[in-house]
Amino acid sequence: MTVTSLGIPRRLLEFTIDGQSVRAPEGSTILDACRSAGKDVPTLCQGDTLTPKNACRVCVVEVEGARTLVPACSRKAEAGMEVRTDTERARHSRKVVLELLASSVDLSTTPEVAGWLKEYEAKPDRFGPDAARVDEQPRIDNDLYVRDYDKCILCYKCVDACGDQWQNTFAISVTGRGFDARIAVEHDGPLTDSACVYCGNCIEVCPTGALSFKSEFDMRAAGTWDESAQTGTTTVCAYCGVGCNLTLHVQDNEIVKVTSPHDNPVTHGNLCIKGRFGYQHVQNRD
Amino acid sequence: MDLHFGDSKPTDEERAAIDTLLGPPESSWEGADRSDADLRWARGGRAARERRDLLLPGLHAVHDRIGWISEGALDYLCRRLTVPPAEAYGVATFYAMFSVKPRPATVLHVCTDLACAAAGASELCAGVEARLGLGSGVSVERSPCLGLCERAPAALAVKAGDPVRTAVSAPATVERAVLAASAPDSAPEEPPAALAVPQAGDPSLTLLGRVGVVDPASLDDYRAHGGYTALRQAFALGPAGVIREVTDAGLVGRGGAAFPTGRKWQATASQPGHPHYLVCNADESEPGTFKDRVVMEGDPYSLVEAMTIAAYAVGAHRGYLYLRGEYPRALRRMEHAIGQARARGLLGDDVLGQGYAFDIEIRRGAGAYICGEETALFNSIEGYRGEPRSKPPFPVEKGLFGRPTAENNVETLVNVLPILTMGAPAYAATGTGGSTGPKLFCVSGSVDRPGIYELPFGATLGELLELAGVRERLRAVLLGGAAGGFVRPDELDIPLTFEGTRAAGTTLGSGVVLAFDDTVPLPRLLLRIAEFFRDESCGQCVPCRVGTVRQEEALHRIVERTGADAAADITLLREVGRAMKDASICGLGQTAWNAVESAIDRLGAYE
Ligand SMILES: Cc1cc2nc3c(=O)[nH]c(=O)nc-3n(C[C@H](O)[C@H](O)[C@H](O)COP(=O)(O)O)c2cc1C
Ligand code: SF4
Ligand code: SF4
Ligand code: SF4
Ligand code: FES
Ligand code: FES
Repeated sequence: MTVTSLGIPRRLLEFTIDGQSVRAPEGSTILDACRSAGKDVPTLCQGDTLTPKNACRVCVVEVEGARTLVPACSRKAEAGMEVRTDTERARHSRKVVLELLASSVDLSTTPEVAGWLKEYEAKPDRFGPDAARVDEQPRIDNDLYVRDYDKCILCYKCVDACGDQWQNTFAISVTGRGFDARIAVEHDGPLTDSACVYCGNCIEVCPTGALSFKSEFDMRAAGTWDESAQTGTTTVCAYCGVGCNLTLHVQDNEIVKVTSPHDNPVTHGNLCIKGRFGYQHVQNRD
Repeated sequence: MDLHFGDSKPTDEERAAIDTLLGPPESSWEGADRSDADLRWARGGRAARERRDLLLPGLHAVHDRIGWISEGALDYLCRRLTVPPAEAYGVATFYAMFSVKPRPATVLHVCTDLACAAAGASELCAGVEARLGLGSGVSVERSPCLGLCERAPAALAVKAGDPVRTAVSAPATVERAVLAASAPDSAPEEPPAALAVPQAGDPSLTLLGRVGVVDPASLDDYRAHGGYTALRQAFALGPAGVIREVTDAGLVGRGGAAFPTGRKWQATASQPGHPHYLVCNADESEPGTFKDRVVMEGDPYSLVEAMTIAAYAVGAHRGYLYLRGEYPRALRRMEHAIGQARARGLLGDDVLGQGYAFDIEIRRGAGAYICGEETALFNSIEGYRGEPRSKPPFPVEKGLFGRPTAENNVETLVNVLPILTMGAPAYAATGTGGSTGPKLFCVSGSVDRPGIYELPFGATLGELLELAGVRERLRAVLLGGAAGGFVRPDELDIPLTFEGTRAAGTTLGSGVVLAFDDTVPLPRLLLRIAEFFRDESCGQCVPCRVGTVRQEEALHRIVERTGADAAADITLLREVGRAMKDASICGLGQTAWNAVESAIDRLGAYE
């Protein structure tokens, strides 16, 4: 769900989406308005708890009078705007962007992408067998989580979550530039030498599985990860008085990972190391 | 913010380089010894955070002294500035001139870009590399355009130390480039800036009139040649009057985007938020462009005066001159001019005794074309990665440090001087209705007299090339630089105006005119352009980050192919190019396919 805090009543803006007249509160993005109007616009880097960096560009739409396409996830709606979400021009860009991404990184654990590739008739293979890929080995340097940058779409969400938008630890940054840009900690070292406090909030927001729980990573490698067999139970963390909400993901009677509901007004999906990773003691059975 | 610093320590030299810039540390929080005060005092808060914009100067300080940035140096700098090391590492690795791995103290940047490639850069590179192999103490780096295209091929040597030494070699031979790298102090002086102006001394010149005529080091000489009359006129008119003159003169930005300057200034001046800032964009990294360098080297006070006027008009008391990192002489001249102006009361708390305060700070870029994009430039000054911000909000509303900012190109600003001295009507009478005033063109490539030319808007491409002595067997002209487009030799009657080039389906861009005769293989040229954009993409958005790579790959595949054999890849290029143009965040990705597209469509490159 999209968390647009409504606060005090705001002025309603009138504009059109695909010729249909719509009203949206001042300050909403085109994407908010599209979703309320039941229009489907694909998004990858947009997330419900962070200000989008509008880096992926799959959500582009046409706005009358604009020279280029605009990212629906970040552009604020304006009165009188004429937005078109499904034109040949917008579809073309989305298709090419999906092809560019899918040809350069591994999107196998990114939800919804397979469907979009089909819908937009994207053919990531057409750049040929020699097309440059990120192609990196997963970095496993601690027991809590794995960094697999072969799956990273550089959405900047982990950077924002670790930095000024949530955690204020600033352990993660983008380094290098262009195609060589990568997510890294200081001096590109192991996580254990970095400022990381293992809150796992970056995993919580990562849309592609490039950052994942070691438990999930190992089970996927072993072929035992089965999301359909998992149940999610939301409860309250018992470690300290903050009282964060935890969702325990359980498969075969074992907790396999812990997330946190994004619509919780206090935590917005954020936890600390204890709530996120300190679940082993619950399942020590002897 | 809870900062974590590793246990790597700076060497004494690294520490000294940083302390020279920032002053000695005061407490153990910043890396000094623990003092009594530290027991009672915790560092942090606003005062500490506000120094982040010194990150780039700090990185330069270390690099100038040591030649690379170690973990210890970076961590110490971060401690001093309260910047998280991960972010500083992200910033240091963004710039091409910085290295975070050990490397020799001397780096020789050899230009392999368009004009230099046509003038034999690959032989130069090979020769230099053969002479300066392992153990020579010199690292040879292939570089994008060094802004010395009129003297192609070009090389720039930088030798770290205290102080850092630089030497330019252009036109470079293997001998001279090796000498510049091995003994920068005894390398021959660069020729005067006026040599880049074939028309120098011509009394009809407006913008270049003083280049080669005044002593660039002398404020008195500048004043004796009409300097500071425009500023007096500005004070007489008042800020609103200055904006009116600039608007009436029809001045349009010369940085490439052709935005009306009067409108930009008006919009900045009328913003309620304060302070306002003025930024002069002297990043000039577009291949084939060197006009801003020549102005700064040949007539530096004119830029100081013009920035003062612009700042006065928009209500700014602080201006930043963002100067390309590869321009050591322009940097020295501008530093000197600003220092002199300050000493003589032409900058500072009370400019010309008019009660108006204004000062200029120079910020050096560090090798990133993208930092010329206006919002990327703000990020760079602020100590962040030079990634463009998404617009809106526009800089006039939320620019540098989130404040209303007017950002202008060097050439745009120096046009304000004649506007004020001759008056808007007289200025507007030059050029055409849509493009008023004089324009600087950077001509290089297959011409006998490469250099900066000043012509009133409206001259044709053919007339300009005639002046520059275009050589036989012209094959193509690249107008507007790598982000511009190619035109054919039978299109030389295109008028050099914003509207004329637009009507001809091309662009004037920043005024680059690169001529190529038929000895230059076109597919190689296109490959070089694609390589440039791939190298310079900031990497933020997918269409540009991956699209520029796919474009280069396709051009590699068709280097030797034409017709049906190239058709599939050309379709691919068109489709990717269209998405890049439509969906990229900034002008870099949006224009990265222009030149190649024009070469296919106008020149029939792969037919
Ligand atoms: C990738 C990119 C690089 C740019 N480089 C420069 C530059 O080096 N110098 C410059 O003046 N403008 C450059 N620009 C244009 C600036 O963003 C901006 O439009 C200009 O500085 C505004 O000044 P003006 O109105 O005086 O032209 C660049 C734009 C882009 C997209
Ligand atoms: S690691 Fe995940 S969250 Fe971070 S930039 Fe990559 S895809 Fe986004
Ligand atoms: S997740 Fe951390 S902060 Fe939240 S309640 Fe548990 S221990 Fe406390
Ligand atoms: S278009 Fe290229 S340079 Fe501009 S923001 Fe996107 S990736 Fe960066
Ligand atoms: S979802 Fe809008 S740009 Fe990525
Ligand atoms: S200096 Fe080499 S191309 Fe400009």
